[in-house]
Amino acid sequence: MRVTVIDYKAGNLTSVLKALRHLGAEPETTDGDLAAVESAERIVLPGVGHFQATERLDAAGLTPAIRAAIARGVPFLGICVGMQWLFAGSSEASGQRGLGHFAESCTHFRDGTEKVPHVGWNSLEVRAGSRLLSGVEPGEFVYFTHSYKAPVTADAAAITHYIDPFAAAVESGNVMGVQFHPEKSSTTGLKILGNFLAWKSEGAA
Amino acid sequence: MITKRIIACLDVHAGRVVKGVQFIDIIDAGDPAALAARHAREGADEIVLLDITATHEGRQTLLDAVRRTARELFIPFAVGGGIRSAVDAAHVFEAGADKVSVNSAALADPTLISAIGRSFGAQAVVVAIDARRDPQAADPVRDAQVFVQGGRKLAGRRAVEWAREAEARGAGEILLTSMDADGTRAGFDCELTAAVSEAVSIPVIASGGAGTVDHFIDVFGRGKADAALAASIFHFGVSSARLLKEELARAGVSVRLPC
Repeated sequence: MRVTVIDYKAGNLTSVLKALRHLGAEPETTDGDLAAVESAERIVLPGVGHFQATERLDAAGLTPAIRAAIARGVPFLGICVGMQWLFAGSSEASGQRGLGHFAESCTHFRDGTEKVPHVGWNSLEVRAGSRLLSGVEPGEFVYFTHSYKAPVTADAAAITHYIDPFAAAVESGNVMGVQFHPEKSSTTGLKILGNFLAWKSEGAA
Repeated sequence: MITKRIIACLDVHAGRVVKGVQFIDIIDAGDPAALAARHAREGADEIVLLDITATHEGRQTLLDAVRRTARELFIPFAVGGGIRSAVDAAHVFEAGADKVSVNSAALADPTLISAIGRSFGAQAVVVAIDARRDPQAADPVRDAQVFVQGGRKLAGRRAVEWAREAEARGAGEILLTSMDADGTRAGFDCELTAAVSEAVSIPVIASGGAGTVDHFIDVFGRGKADAALAASIFHFGVSSARLLKEELARAGVSVRLPC
């Protein structure tokens, strides 16, 4: 199965590619080849690091190409910053716009006694009906590492509690995002990536 | 709820896992890829591979070990030892590490921390600190002496102030080894760990001295550690991460279970 992994130089893709291959997919990476996005069957947008790095998507002309792919019904999975990019923006880089598929913005964890960044294994509260998180039992753990978070809205597929509740996963039609790293989340993470790879588009054109 | 991490540490020499006792005696304990896979199966939350006698000639051996270890590992994987530049770090990331641990080279040139963070993100940079209490200091714990070169040489820095600087320069985590406790199996240095953990906002991984379950309870409580590292406690079949975590859970410590 073909998966297009977008490389916008935000961290290291090795682990994501390795996990996708382990699940039997054939990932191909692209760092600016619009044709690869235009012909994509599935898209993964990884990313660790700073929200500002997503400016490379705009510079390479990938943002409208991804928007068009999403409009065609191509399943899309954003990971970590790749999920945050689906929102309107992030206070981490206020001048940099996200895709705006979700209208809200990402914000920094509230200051307090807890450590920030949120690093480690935390549990998921999965919303009923999530297809991406199908088969994930209550309280299963996944690996997080982030200082900014997405708000809990009707599109949240899972909620995690750290300082405040935040969206650990979002899902709307064929557009999905996970704040955690499924490629580093043991059997739970592989199950979630497997669900994405097995995804059948709804309402594909 | 965020859980306390149990990290299995593989000290590697010439591509084989060994475990030093107070940085001196070395006993062979096996193949890193096989041991890492076993620890992951047995419930470890993360794997750290430290090349304890990193030499220039040995880099390729290490990268091969990293590549083989990373191949079927789907939990966080950190690699340290002999990383002297952002280019060295890039090689280790390409081989499959998620994080690199820097120690002597970061002390020699603290800008290395931000240089790696710029390319791979702060979460990918662990600053390892080897420290020994300084009985002559006004505060022997906070002012513990930092050592470099595998504990052989004084760095001229103090544990708490160096941890703070590392954080300010963009470290994602601190891996703090108490040289007093290392290899003794007599317990972590909880005072030292707490002093560093309270001084920074990034996670602190406690290392050195693990011998019993109570030692872990202690370092997660009194020691305010976010994660704890163990090596010999696992390798020789003393315990598994899962058994350790089951006992921690019974004692009220939040851990990833089932795992």
